[in-house]
Amino acid sequence: MDSATLHLDIDYVGSSGILLSTEQKTALQNSLLILKHQNKFKKVVFWGKITGCSKDYFVAQGVGNDEMKEKKTFYSLDCSKWALLPIATDELKILCSRIKGRFAGDPSYEYEHVEIRKVPGENGEENEEETTIAIREEERLAVTIDAIDRDVKIVPRGAYVKLPTGEIQSNPSFEGLSTSNAAKLTSYFHFDKSASLNKRNLMQKASFDKSLDFLGDISEDVPKGSWSVQFERGDAVVTIRSLLWIGYVFYHIPDTRSYGHVYVGNGEINLDLSFML
Amino acid sequence: MENATNIDPAESTEILTATSYLMKTSTKSKTSLYEHLSAILMKVLNERPENPVDILEDMSRNIKKSKFIVPNDTIQDESLLSPAVDLADQQKALFEVRTEEGEDMPPIPDDDQDLPLPDLMDIAHYFEQAGVGLSQMEVYRVFLALKTLAENYPLQTVRFWGKIIGLHGNYYIAETQYREGEDDDEDDLEDEEIEEDDRGDESENGSDEEDEDELPKSNYKPPPTIPREDNRTGANKYIYFVCSEPGKPWVKLPHVTPTQIDIARNIKKFFTGKLDAPIVSYPPFPGNESNYLRAQIARITGSCQISPLGYYHFDEDEDEDEDENVRDSFIVNLEFEGLSLKELLEPSLSNWVHHVQYLLPQGRCTWFNPTEKPEDDFEDEEDDEEREEPDEPEPETGPPLLTPISEDDEVDGRSSWTPYLSSRLVPAYACAVLRSNRWPGAYAFAIDRKFENIYIGFGHKYNSENYSPLPPPPVQDEFPSGADITEIDDPTIEEENALRAAQRAEEEDGEELDDEMDEEEEEDDD
Repeated sequence: MDSATLHLDIDYVGSSGILLSTEQKTALQNSLLILKHQNKFKKVVFWGKITGCSKDYFVAQGVGNDEMKEKKTFYSLDCSKWALLPIATDELKILCSRIKGRFAGDPSYEYEHVEIRKVPGENGEENEEETTIAIREEERLAVTIDAIDRDVKIVPRGAYVKLPTGEIQSNPSFEGLSTSNAAKLTSYFHFDKSASLNKRNLMQKASFDKSLDFLGDISEDVPKGSWSVQFERGDAVVTIRSLLWIGYVFYHIPDTRSYGHVYVGNGEINLDLSFML
Repeated sequence: MENATNIDPAESTEILTATSYLMKTSTKSKTSLYEHLSAILMKVLNERPENPVDILEDMSRNIKKSKFIVPNDTIQDESLLSPAVDLADQQKALFEVRTEEGEDMPPIPDDDQDLPLPDLMDIAHYFEQAGVGLSQMEVYRVFLALKTLAENYPLQTVRFWGKIIGLHGNYYIAETQYREGEDDDEDDLEDEEIEEDDRGDESENGSDEEDEDELPKSNYKPPPTIPREDNRTGANKYIYFVCSEPGKPWVKLPHVTPTQIDIARNIKKFFTGKLDAPIVSYPPFPGNESNYLRAQIARITGSCQISPLGYYHFDEDEDEDEDENVRDSFIVNLEFEGLSLKELLEPSLSNWVHHVQYLLPQGRCTWFNPTEKPEDDFEDEEDDEEREEPDEPEPETGPPLLTPISEDDEVDGRSSWTPYLSSRLVPAYACAVLRSNRWPGAYAFAIDRKFENIYIGFGHKYNSENYSPLPPPPVQDEFPSGADITEIDDPTIEEENALRAAQRAEEEDGEELDDEMDEEEEEDDD
């Protein structure tokens, strides 16, 4: 959700129980503007909130010209002081995959993970060696946000164009999806390069546009039914909720440029999804 | 034309041919490139967009699109009724004011006329400060819908319980109590019907057994069914109404049975948004989505309805001799002054209490002894004698009413509630908020004498371990193998022929048999 229009756009996700208090909205409007200026971002988006047991993390992302490549993630506990998150490296991702449970709400909180490794010892015996790995919550937060972006961050078709230079930019002539298209999962793309392009059938090939269809759509996501599409207020707003990352809500107002997404949840992936459908 | 005169004739003919080529009308779109380019240039000059060269392709496409005109026909004027208009039409009734005939203004309410309607906007205001709830306009629509509910049913209390999000639709839930004496009989009738159906099945089974005798009788006896709690008590204390959208009709949810609660604890399914949708699960859930919704509401209510200590108290006038019975009623303490924020936010959380009875593992709030036989439930006397008398089960007990939430079990090693202050900057006017960690989406706030609970979410309990469905029951034991059912090899053709030959030989005149045949005969007889 663009920070500039956050106070208006947050109303569109209100039906999912996502609300910011007036105090938070005012504070965010102020601090995100400063954040944008200080870091020379093209725009700053309010990404969402990850609830911890004692405190909540508010998350914002600043983007440059290429929204896919130039992206920095910040977090704040009070909506006014922002801190840069560490980069989610592959190594960290492996470490964090072993942590489960709620976020504590303290960035310096350390999760301890005991790893038992078998080391060949003397006389051909195998000795068990215990190594304790400490992972800071800040690092886990970075990995979680990265995973959410990779798995469920979506944009409507046509909102972004790939320029002949390979740069990915928001499309100035995007006019929104029509109501009938807005109900189809094929009209929404994963905003992630690694998402594979799906095989298209003949109908889709007919309207194929290389500069628009450079991302994979979400209709083939596994398991089937991991998205819930709903029209709010008749057909005024389309709301898409991810069931994989419960708390991820995307909204789009058909036939307008207005769309956005926000995540408000406890930062845990829903691994029970296949049992729940 | 002045310039044209300066150009030599050869060049001018070239320009002419070029322009005439550009002006050639396309056979498909009935327009020419010349017209199209001038239209684009006109558009650019009129609109003056920034960096026109970057959006040239789009402009060109848009102009081409706008040129396409469908020949007029009668269908054109037919406007489709969009769902938004349809819904607005349904919600129109919410905004109508009932006036007395001949009066423009609605009557000013008298003080003594009490409508059982909470000031939802006031409550929503506090929840908004806490960063919880629905958007303001949505709350107002719910408020109006609650008003129609209160007007159409004989209700004593109405409360907005919360919203449960489903896959294709959502549920707005109202928690109500009927006025004394206005009990609903429909549900009772339904229940009886179900029971009768069950009995019908049993009798059919019985007749089958008579027809085909000697079927092995299963010695499995289903655990006794535990009756549901009566209206106005325990888990059925309140009647819940749901609607999918404010303005649409309210639907009354059926009462909950202990079996439904028990099975709802073992399954985890998304709500679809359709009340009559079947619940496909293991263990099989008795009922459809409305029953599952009701069971989840009972579970959430049982663990997440909290109030500040002292707001409710037990009625002192009641007989205190009834030690055996758990107290299940309380009254509002009129002398309650409200607790300070400091007290409410105390980390031990001893100043908040549950004001809804604890749901026992049995699925009821008051324990029911399954071994006690109801008088009217007669069964075969023989069966009873065969059955081993089960030991008198230990009655299940839970924390009594108005137990502080500090007594709650921990969730994943952490407190089950997180307290916080709604405002960081102006704490003087803030309210105390509690967030449930057991049922993500359940919140409570309190300030002065006011407090309220709300639930907005998918209706699932938090579990740090992943959900694993119940294992299927153990495989049935095989029939004990004995001599009469042990498998033996079929005799081969040779053996059969040999036997037949032997029999024939015996029949003829008892001739001596060959040694081999003798042996084979013995084998066959085995």
